[in-house]
Amino acid sequence: MPAKEQAIMVDLAVTSKRDLNAALHALPTNTNETHWRVANPEGAHALAAGVNAPVTIEIDGHAGYYCAGMNQLATVIVNGNAGVGVAENMMSGRVHVKGDASQAAGATAHGGLLVIDGNASARCGISMKGVDIVVKGSIGPMSAFMAQAGNLVVLGDAGEALGDSLYETRIFVRGAVKSLGADCIEKDLRPEHVEILSQLLTDAGVEGVSPSEFRRYGSARGLYNFHVDNASAY
Amino acid sequence: METPKTLPRFSATFDPHTLAEIRRAAATGIYDIRGGGTKRALPHFDDLLFLGASVSRYPLEGYREKCATDVWLGTRFAKKPIHLKTPITIAGMSFGALSAQAKEALGRGATIAGTSTTTGDGGMTPEERGQSQTLVYQYLPSRYGMNPDDIRKADAIEVVIGQGAKPGGGGMLLGQKISDRVAAMRTLPMGIDQRSACRHPDWTGPDDLEIKIEELREITDWEKPIYVKVGATRPYYDVALAVKSGADVVVLDGMQGGTAATQDVFIEHVGIPILAAIRPAVQALQDLGMHRKVQLIVSGGIRNGADVAKALALGADAVAIGTAALVALGDNDPHLEAEYQALGTTAGAYDDWHEGRDPAGITTQDPVLAARLDPVAAGRRLANYLAVLTLEAQTIARACGKSHLHNLEPEDLVALTLEAAAMARVPLAGTDWIPGARF
Repeated sequence: MPAKEQAIMVDLAVTSKRDLNAALHALPTNTNETHWRVANPEGAHALAAGVNAPVTIEIDGHAGYYCAGMNQLATVIVNGNAGVGVAENMMSGRVHVKGDASQAAGATAHGGLLVIDGNASARCGISMKGVDIVVKGSIGPMSAFMAQAGNLVVLGDAGEALGDSLYETRIFVRGAVKSLGADCIEKDLRPEHVEILSQLLTDAGVEGVSPSEFRRYGSARGLYNFHVDNASAY
Repeated sequence: METPKTLPRFSATFDPHTLAEIRRAAATGIYDIRGGGTKRALPHFDDLLFLGASVSRYPLEGYREKCATDVWLGTRFAKKPIHLKTPITIAGMSFGALSAQAKEALGRGATIAGTSTTTGDGGMTPEERGQSQTLVYQYLPSRYGMNPDDIRKADAIEVVIGQGAKPGGGGMLLGQKISDRVAAMRTLPMGIDQRSACRHPDWTGPDDLEIKIEELREITDWEKPIYVKVGATRPYYDVALAVKSGADVVVLDGMQGGTAATQDVFIEHVGIPILAAIRPAVQALQDLGMHRKVQLIVSGGIRNGADVAKALALGADAVAIGTAALVALGDNDPHLEAEYQALGTTAGAYDDWHEGRDPAGITTQDPVLAARLDPVAAGRRLANYLAVLTLEAQTIARACGKSHLHNLEPEDLVALTLEAAAMARVPLAGTDWIPGARF
């Protein structure tokens, strides 16, 4: 990555979001314009959404809905808070929110790494399909609802109905879980999980925290095939 | 002489079908799941008639004078709106619910006819993209197989909020249809029931939808038309809110529209017939000054060119077909009667599409059954059928003196029943009475 002073500066007070996103979409994967800084985001929606190049985009301020939506390859850093659906449906790359994230962070995302330094609101990791999410604070209710694949790591607490109707996502929580959703159970933290967790903590820049401090939650797989005797669980 | 006896009499309320359903429920403890749309008799397009030409209006010559059929979709915001030769499109149906061969056949038939086809829950297959000249990519609550590369390959995006067979309901693809390929596309283990959520995971309500549509436009650089599909329930408000949210096109699906697998009680008791939904939808567009600017596609029980013409006369810009397209491919064909009998049903009534044992090879993932469907021949049948629908609609339009299907208007129609007159807001035949007219 070039030094920060070489970054391409985009001031959204004078440049439109449309022009910013169009410029980012036009980048070839071998671009030399690898570092972008966005000033005055003022909570604009869909910032750096749909980027498909290995570049770094720093947003200096708060982002609105769907920041870095459907991201591929890019590193997007939000030096502020992020609105609903940050990194929704991300395929690859890395999204790092330095503040808090609103609802549905990382929703349906297939790949890449989402790191949230603060807290994430309700439905964090809803329907996640392979992404790794590390939240250094706590997460809200109904998180990992119908989550299919990937890892959700929470250093703080989890709200009620964690992992409701979960499929194959692994959930690691260091703090308290208010309640587990339907078909979500605590599972043993086996050596392979410690390995996964250790790598994710390293990737997210977490220091001084041992994987052994976490508890693992996953699907009981009891609702995988509909049966009338389970009707009360729905 | 023998004393006359009262004949055995079935109850109209507890008729044989109802009694059988009570017994089935008592024996199994589970509701009935099936495919298709509502099977009950409903006010429908058959309850409308065209008036045709008369002394006051003159017709166009059937084999000489032009009656255009083309339609533009997505002209409001999209840089690249879609231009179709015929206003009859193919509705969204998933790979998973349908075999890859069936999806390919739909693409082939639509392409020959110069119209669009649509993906479904479960993502876009290469066969479908490769054979579809114009492909609409559905953006569904489950986001199964959703990825930006496919969005970029699509010609339009359809944000699905609901469908006519089950407004307010999600979906279920039962484990027996989850092959390795279907499972991989949906990022789920093989053989488990795959539930499709009923709400989108990252937005709720029309204000959020507006922001979601903005995101989709940003990701696609404002090139592709964005449709919003709703099941017919409160069409006036749903259409108005879709327009407010920034839709280019609204797709309105009546309760006759099919589903791959839903509870029978849902199919038969939630939503309204398409006949009752079109006029309120058009009214919303007109009230907003958006009729013909935001295009309206209607679906649910379109079977022939008369249905197409009537839907357009009521104000739609285009229609979509699903069930009829599957029948054109070969679904429920009488030549398979022996096999339908073996499944405990009969040709024309087979609706256990969720079980994956379709002898026609359409609603199945069984490789042996699916191989029965020749995508080229089936695509040709669909193209033929689309051509007939278009010709039939043109025949009616010319008889009404219209040089374009879009010139058909409610004033060309009358109703045969009070219900149809009230729903379609056209006069009862032979009268000038529109029951319940408030608009």
